Amino acid sequence: MAAISETISTNRERLSQLKTMVSEPFVMVPILGWFFGALVAVLLEQFIGLSLARAVGLARIPALFGVVIALEKPVLIPSVILYDLLIYVLPIALVARLTASPSNWVADRLFNFRSWVSVLLHIALMYLILHIWTDVSDYRLLVARLILVAVIITLSLNVINGYMGEFSCSHPGFIALGAYGASVFTVGLFVNDNILGSALLPETLGRFMFPIGLILGGVIASLGAILVAIPSFNTRGDYLAIISLAFMFMVKSLFENLEVVGGPRGLGGQPDWAGLPTVFIWTILGVWIMNNFVRSTLGKALNAVRDGETAADAMTVNTRRTKFTAFLFGAFWAGVAGGLFAHVIRYVNPGTFGLQMLAEVLAMVYFGGLNSVQGSIVGALSINLLGEALRPLDIYKWLVIPLLLIVVMITRPTGLLSFTEFDFTKTIKPKQNPEGEV
Amino acid sequence: MALLQVDKMTHYFGGLRAVNNYNLEIESGQIRGLIGPNGAGKTTIFNLITGIYRPTEGEVILENEQLVGLRPHQIASLGLARTFQNLRLWRHMTVLEHVKQARYSKIEYGLIGAFFGTAERHREEEENERIAQDLLELVGISQFEDQIVTNLPYGAQRRVELARALAIEPKILFLDEPTAGMNPEELDQMMQIVRQVHEELGMAIFLIEHRMRVVMELCEMIQTLVFGEVIAEGGPDEIRNNPAVIEAYLGKEVVT
Repeated sequence: MAAISETISTNRERLSQLKTMVSEPFVMVPILGWFFGALVAVLLEQFIGLSLARAVGLARIPALFGVVIALEKPVLIPSVILYDLLIYVLPIALVARLTASPSNWVADRLFNFRSWVSVLLHIALMYLILHIWTDVSDYRLLVARLILVAVIITLSLNVINGYMGEFSCSHPGFIALGAYGASVFTVGLFVNDNILGSALLPETLGRFMFPIGLILGGVIASLGAILVAIPSFNTRGDYLAIISLAFMFMVKSLFENLEVVGGPRGLGGQPDWAGLPTVFIWTILGVWIMNNFVRSTLGKALNAVRDGETAADAMTVNTRRTKFTAFLFGAFWAGVAGGLFAHVIRYVNPGTFGLQMLAEVLAMVYFGGLNSVQGSIVGALSINLLGEALRPLDIYKWLVIPLLLIVVMITRPTGLLSFTEFDFTKTIKPKQNPEGEV
Repeated sequence: MALLQVDKMTHYFGGLRAVNNYNLEIESGQIRGLIGPNGAGKTTIFNLITGIYRPTEGEVILENEQLVGLRPHQIASLGLARTFQNLRLWRHMTVLEHVKQARYSKIEYGLIGAFFGTAERHREEEENERIAQDLLELVGISQFEDQIVTNLPYGAQRRVELARALAIEPKILFLDEPTAGMNPEELDQMMQIVRQVHEELGMAIFLIEHRMRVVMELCEMIQTLVFGEVIAEGGPDEIRNNPAVIEAYLGKEVVT
């Protein structure tokens, strides 16, 4: 026994030594440096990606880091690894390390000039990287947009399930309300459609009215959320979960039976207005506003209600208003995300918003981490990427992902990055001393 | 008229009469105590006045304002703060967040401020943070400011509850067994803090206690509650020597 535990502990030591060996040269690299590295990598892929892919024996540029190819043809695993090393890992690592001091200088200058300018520049750079990366294939573009939409959905569900601690199953219902609301707005007003009739307004105008459609979808979802919010005043836990589940089925069967919006056949022909820039801007806006909310004292009231409603009440917190706000606010963003989703896929049908979607959105929240903005982003990103990457496994995909979830739940019961506070301004600070942030 | 006046308050749990014909008057700045054996209904009286239960009969008036029928957060916002017998802290929140949270009713920036991070919000949040830090200083736990509350020793957790209640800027502070489960050293510190808080902030205090020493040293007036009824009321010496109290509360034999 002693020998075994000793080997384990020495192995652990070795592992942590290896970790510090790998991470040490990069301690001083600010976020800006990593962005520069990523920019170089995506540019490199843009220009020499195809020839490099052919040189290492791949037919085309691997769409999602070659995971799909590796699973389909295991023979090509070395080529995929070589490609990823040459295009992503080495350039990012090299550029990040080499530009560490200049990018620190730039980040410092920007930060001391106006921190919001620095934030905006970082976001712009993020967009640029994403734009160039998705330029390579339409598939990537689709996946990227769906992931951005999923980030809004996950965070908005986290507001209710994580920050307020109510297990709500009504999210697919909110998403459906938003998706249909926005679709009826755009398809009904700006498109000649055989279900909703001919266009009332010119399509060119619609592009500028699209935000109104999304907000409308969000507001409709919020109105629907009143049905769940009011029972939540006196009901908690399992009972509220059942009520919210009932709400989800109500919305689903509503759209199945509503022939004006196509019934079970669904509603198609949404105009292609949810391009990468639009989705990106809405995601940033959503994350910004939701993060602002959960960090304010009004938003922290959600945590107080979760951790002790009686105490919250006794400490002047209006618990009913807090619950009402949380449900309507979460539902609003779910609705906006639903509107975006409908315009990315350009088709909605009631079947999409069922138990399968509920399982996926819950998995994203609980995998990423409760009560955490970073967790929501990580959860949406990893579950979606996994879902796409494991596509060749077919039905076994739904064996691997849940298994992974179970492992995460055993090791970290509240998710990967739970109970954190997200401060973007702090994240982009230059790193002057290695003792600081690591 | 008194700051807080309770008139003929009676409460039934189903068929059980928990509180019978209870009267109370607290003047501003006064410290009053409520003692009684286990199950006498002391905490029920707290819960009735602070709005957790609604009394079956009777009136509760705070500065001409009828409290019966108001929700607990409304009563608290009017200036009636309390602590709990079993700690009710929010287990994922830091000490500073606890105290700031109790400033909820004072917030004016509204949802617009919360969503968009307006200048108004930053000003208010900073001000509330400063107030919270001052209160933590007053109860002597400012070194724990950024700790998650469950990491704190028990005595410090009690002080967090006290600081949180003080952040409401109460006119009356209800303390439900503030020294429960404390060792003699912690008990002395707690009494010192209650005295200091009373001196510096000057609010009225109404406290439930099990330890006679605490009540006798702190309170000007004491009520003794047995089976939901007040059997004696008076100053510490009166209560100490009242045969009914000695019989009901301390047992039938004479206290040595």
